[in-house]
Formats: sequence, structure tokens, C-alpha cells
Amino acid sequence: MAPTPLSTHSAVTLNVNGEKHTLTVDHRTTLLDALRERLDLTGTKKGCDQGQCGACTVLLDDRRAVACLQLAVAAEGREIVTVEGLAEGEQLHPVQQAFLDLDGYQCGYCTPGQICSAVAVIEEHAAGWPSAVTDDVRPEAGPPPLTAEEIRERMSGNLCRCGAYVSIVQAVERAAGIRAQAARTAEGAQTAKGRGAAA
Amino acid sequence: MKEFGYERAADVSGALALLDGDPDARFLGGGTNLVDLMKTGVERPGRLVDVRELPLDRIEATEDGGLRIGATVTNSDLAAHPDVRRSYPALSQAVLAGASGQLRNVATVGGNLLQRTRCGYFADVAAPCNKRVPGSGCPAIEGEHHNHAILGASDHCVATHPSDLGVALTAFGAVVSYETPDGPGRLPFTEFYLPVGDTPHRETALPPGALITGVTLPAAPVAANSRYRKVRERASYAFAIGSVAAALDVRDGVVHEVRLAFGAVASRPWRAHTAEQALTGGPADAGAFAAAADAELAAARPLPHNAYKVTLTRNLVVAVLSELAEEATR
Repeated sequence: MAPTPLSTHSAVTLNVNGEKHTLTVDHRTTLLDALRERLDLTGTKKGCDQGQCGACTVLLDDRRAVACLQLAVAAEGREIVTVEGLAEGEQLHPVQQAFLDLDGYQCGYCTPGQICSAVAVIEEHAAGWPSAVTDDVRPEAGPPPLTAEEIRERMSGNLCRCGAYVSIVQAVERAAGIRAQAARTAEGAQTAKGRGAAA
Repeated sequence: MKEFGYERAADVSGALALLDGDPDARFLGGGTNLVDLMKTGVERPGRLVDVRELPLDRIEATEDGGLRIGATVTNSDLAAHPDVRRSYPALSQAVLAGASGQLRNVATVGGNLLQRTRCGYFADVAAPCNKRVPGSGCPAIEGEHHNHAILGASDHCVATHPSDLGVALTAFGAVVSYETPDGPGRLPFTEFYLPVGDTPHRETALPPGALITGVTLPAAPVAANSRYRKVRERASYAFAIGSVAAALDVRDGVVHEVRLAFGAVASRPWRAHTAEQALTGGPADAGAFAAAADAELAAARPLPHNAYKVTLTRNLVVAVLSELAEEATR
């Protein structure tokens, strides 16, 4: 008896920006091509298609990843957020707003990847992750301040051929500051609420 | 890219059953290297067995005070783990020195060990390469080899292993665990990669069809004072042209214990046993560090365009051990 011919296609359900899309993909299809060609989400850009430039950066289960090296079939069951999914209606994400306000781009092609990456960088730093330029990685040393040097290292997976790095770093610094401020405010409100309950 | 079948495994035995010893099938972890190589035609598997969801994503303390790291732990989770950062800081630093945040979030520990060389001839399917097509030749020896091996290479292949993580793992005496349909096995890191010889296409001592399930780090108090330093051609997001993982315990000015490994110099992460022996029991000063590096690098056989690696590695050893010696006496 001849062996069953191997299936080279699968039906997958991709959860993108909170919406589920069921489609049949050739297993060779990358998540990047599925997003752009099948779901018409062209905000995610194809630069090198080899994992070297970061233009296709998206968030997978809240973590940044390059979509060009993910197979669409392997992305089933994961929460995918693209640059199209960052804003709340008309309200831009603070990182998007900071890039706009500080000219964190020139031609704009790498920008969606830069922005998705920056969103994750700020969360990674807030979670206390060290980086390659962190002087002391031991947990007792505490989280490193998010200096320009730290931002440059953490954003090094996103290339910008226009060389807009100076303002990209400023935009990430500003957005990180806004996030830290919001966290302090929330913490303050929580403390006040706790006190109220105790009283 | 060649068409391929895709299946997702839920547990180790399921993964082995799906692979079924098929030499045309590959395990898919994060895919950061494998998918890239499939795009260029270097890898042409007929089937992929996705192992990313296997329950091997934990880092646990072992009874003797070491750490057991599951094969599907991502590089990011490994580097950020408090026990790794506290007890084996050079391991965290090595991981953070590799790739980009996007890749580290996806890449797995098991996959890192099995990643392929970044030799340009290996990556170019139009070029001969003994590692990719056994017997076809090695153009790097006469050609572009400025980032190729100076230690342990052969006339058949001078490619280097690109892992940063592996350099720290070999310094700390890690043991690789794997599973096969016939049962589990373990390989010390120094035996995990095979000598190049005339079979550069055979890279590891893993039995065919084996699945890496994890890496165990033995307890190593010396590792608490450790460091990884990497030199590359740009400030970040590039492969090493030289790297050193080192750990040092100095007592009364004398080297009580030392661990030393080099990256980007050989087909495998290079444990510097000769240098370690030369240093142990001797003075912890720059002269002794340089002499020990020279003893290790006496075996180097550089090619015309990579002799700089001998000096680079020697200087890295002196710099990193000097810093660690200073920290040990602080």
C-alpha cells in the first residue's frame, strides 16, 4: 500500500489584534506573508526576510518577534499583535505618539517594526530584564536605568537605513517615561484605595 | 522552499513518535535558524515536528545546587532568570550578547545548541562545502576565512560554532540530556560536539532521531564570579569574532579555581582545559593569565586572514580574568 501523501497545507486560526481569522496555509507561508498577503495587514513590513532587520517585528503573546522567521502554521493559538493593533481607536499608543512627536523616522519603512519592538522593550525593562550593556546582571543589583545606551542595545534588532536612531532613542525614552509615570500613578491610587479600605 | 509536512507535538514521547526516526524530518523549536536555512535551501526537510509546546520550559534548582534548564526555555527567559543571573552571571551575559531581543524571545536552548555555522560558504548552496555536501570541498581555506576557526579545525572544514550560550555552558561543565525511542541519554558538553576530522557534516554525538530535553548545570560556586565578554565587528547584534567566558575564585592571591572557554575559535565552544590547569594554584596576575592563554593557544593553527584571533583571544583572557581577580579581592 502506498503511504498516505503528506499534507503540505493546514487550516489555521490566527488570532490577530483580537480578531480570529481561519485560513488554509501552505506550510511554507511565514507569519509575515500571511499577515500581509492573506489578512491585508500591510503595516508589518518585509525588509530582509531573514531575521536581520527587524522591520517585520510583531508581538507574539506580548513578546516581540520577527514575523519572517515564524511559520504561520506554527502561530496558531498565539496572540498576535501588529502595529495596526496598538492604538485604542483614535488614541495612538504612547510609543506611536512619541515617534510622531519626536520624528522617530525618516522614510518610515522600518517604523512599524521599531514601534512594536519599542513597546516590548519598555515592558521587558519594566520587568527587570538586564541587557548586554547592563554592568551587573545579578538580581541584587536591581534593574538598570533605561539610559540611551540601554535603549540602543535593546533596540539593536531594528535597523533604520535612514539613520533616524537619535530620535528613535528619544522617542523610546519619552514613551518609557510616560509608562513609568502611569505606573507610579496607578500604584499611588492603589495605596490610597488600600488606606481607604483600612480606614 | 521545498514543500513540507507539519505536525505539532504535545509531549516528548509524542514528538519522538511523530519524528519516527525519519532522517528527512526535523524538530522545529523557535525556528530562528532552521526556518532561515529552509528559505535558502541549505535545509530541505520533508517534515517538521514542532516541539515548542513541549513541557520543557522550566528552569529548576537541582538537589546538588545546580540548575536544570529545559530545552524549550527561550533565550530571553534563560537570561532573565534570577538564579541564572545570581549563580552563573556569565551565562546570562552570554545569552544577552547573542542575536536580538526579537530572536532571543523565540530561540530555544535546545535549538541554540544545534544551530548551524554562519560560514558564508555553508550558507551559499551554489558553493562547495564539506559540511553541507560531504566531499565537495572547503573553499574557506583558500578564500574568505577571516572569521573562521584557529583551533581544532581540519583540512576538511574550518567553520566556527556561532553560539554564545554554548561558550558559557562549556565553561560551567553543562551536561546535555536527550531522549530517544530507546530511552534517555546524557552527554557532557565537552563530548556533545564531535571533532571535525574528515566528517564536518557530523556535528554532534546525539544518536539519530534524538530530542534534546534539557541542559543541567552542576553546582559551581566559582561561577558566581564569572563574566562573558564578546568582541564583534559592530557594537551589537552580530556574531562574535572572539569571546571568552570565565569564572575565577582567588584566595590570598592564588587561583583556587578557574573556568575558561572561548567562542568563535573552533567548530565547537572551546573549553580551555590547558589554560585552566596552568592557572590553578598559581598567581592571579596578568602575567600568569597571559602565559595560560598562550599555553592554550599554542595549539592554534591560524589561516592567513584569521591570525588576529590568537592575539584577540589572548587579550580577552587577560582582560576578563584581571577584572574577575579584582572583583574577587574587592
